[in-house]
Amino acid sequence: MKEFMLIFRQPSYDYSQATPEEMQALAKKWGDWAGGIAAQGKLSAPGRRLDFNGKVLKAGGVITDGPFVEIRERLGSFLIVKADSLDEATTLAHGCPALDANGSVEIRPIMG
Amino acid sequence: MVAVISRRYGLQHIEIAEDIVSETFLQATETWEQKGMPPNPTAWLYTVAKQKTLYHFRRNEIYEKKVMPAIAAKEVTTVENDDFSFSAQQIKDSQLQMLFAICDPSIASEAQIGLALRILCGFGIDEIAEAFLSNKETINKRLFRAKEKLRTENIRMELPPEREIVNRLDNVLHIIYLLFSEGYYSQTQNQILQKDLCVEALRLGLMLTDYNSTNLPKTNALIALMCFHASRFDARQQQDDTVVLYEEQNEALWDQALINQGQHFLALSAQGDEVSSYHLEARIAYWHCIKEDTPEKWEHILQLYNELLMINYSPSVALNRTFALYKANGAKVALVEAEKLKLENNHFYFLLLGELYKDIDTQKASMNWQKAYDLAKTPTEKQGIREKMNSLEK
Repeated sequence: MKEFMLIFRQPSYDYSQATPEEMQALAKKWGDWAGGIAAQGKLSAPGRRLDFNGKVLKAGGVITDGPFVEIRERLGSFLIVKADSLDEATTLAHGCPALDANGSVEIRPIMG
Repeated sequence: MVAVISRRYGLQHIEIAEDIVSETFLQATETWEQKGMPPNPTAWLYTVAKQKTLYHFRRNEIYEKKVMPAIAAKEVTTVENDDFSFSAQQIKDSQLQMLFAICDPSIASEAQIGLALRILCGFGIDEIAEAFLSNKETINKRLFRAKEKLRTENIRMELPPEREIVNRLDNVLHIIYLLFSEGYYSQTQNQILQKDLCVEALRLGLMLTDYNSTNLPKTNALIALMCFHASRFDARQQQDDTVVLYEEQNEALWDQALINQGQHFLALSAQGDEVSSYHLEARIAYWHCIKEDTPEKWEHILQLYNELLMINYSPSVALNRTFALYKANGAKVALVEAEKLKLENNHFYFLLLGELYKDIDTQKASMNWQKAYDLAKTPTEKQGIREKMNSLEK
């Protein structure tokens, strides 16, 4: 089994208008999806959610408040799964709630 | 008593300590039979055990000093001060230290449980053998090897340094958890023995709450977990020793006092940031103490299983999670997930698949239950599956 990182990106993570019920439904979607991967014994490391406040350091010592303005999708979080092949890891990524939010999942083999 | 004596004289003498304790009890039966029970039997036992211990080690000291003067002169292995007692505090401290000594990583975990049962819970070799579905010789060998290890590895009877306690505590909690499970899920038909195992596990857990360094949220979570499970002890046993499934249990038989205790410890476990698997399992067990089958209940259980799987995968947790998914999201959703599990040699897996297919495709349900039937190990299990298959045909 190899390890793959699933990287989730979404155009927007603005949930400031979301009701507690909507937030709960969202948490359930993610929980059920990741739980399904874990139930197959294929979760290597539970991902950590990333805070959206961050800094970006660029060449020349320029520091900006976030990476978000210039790229189309924000990096939300990641998960490390175990799979035999890139294809299998991609299959695991199906059903990811980021896709419902018009986002994407990038699947990258972890080297070493 | 073994713990107190070993603490005073060192773990290398653990077998002598055991001998002294059995001699004491033997003497008690003989003396009490003739002269009647003393007014304070406990004190009597402690006094006699103490006398025997002091006698043994003084004699030993003389022997060592006379026969091996060179060693005696250099190494002060013998005890200079013979004062020790069986006070309540001494007993408590010694048992805790013994628990940590037993849970030393150099000893195999099966042997750790055996030692805990023998030395801390006072179980006989016969009982331990029965609990493990093993025979006396095997258990004796296992315990002997473990005691050898205590000696050769020079394991000391003391609490590990403060920073080590946190690491070692995980193992101690794990052993207590295994001890409890051994009782709760044991194959032995002896119900009294099963209950004793659970009670002892609970007692050892509670002992850890008496000390600041071991009274951590996860300790309380484990105790809560054990309380919730133990509350269903009577409800899950039938007259004929068969296990009553959760869904069919009479909740009037659930022990409400234990459930309340569990809630108390669950509340204590909520301090701090750490979410251990004991926390999650305790909360799952808590939700099982509510009989009503509401969607909220199963939703909570499902999310807890999702979290549990992420930190601690096991096939049985995966199966339980899928069952919760069925209860919360319906059979169709659960079926898709269940098909992915592929636990092809686990009869519970086919039992679950049969359950999920029951209202969708009776033929597939029957097929899966047949597989479960073929894989099931005990006649009771086979009979239960047979009944399910029969109910399908009606």
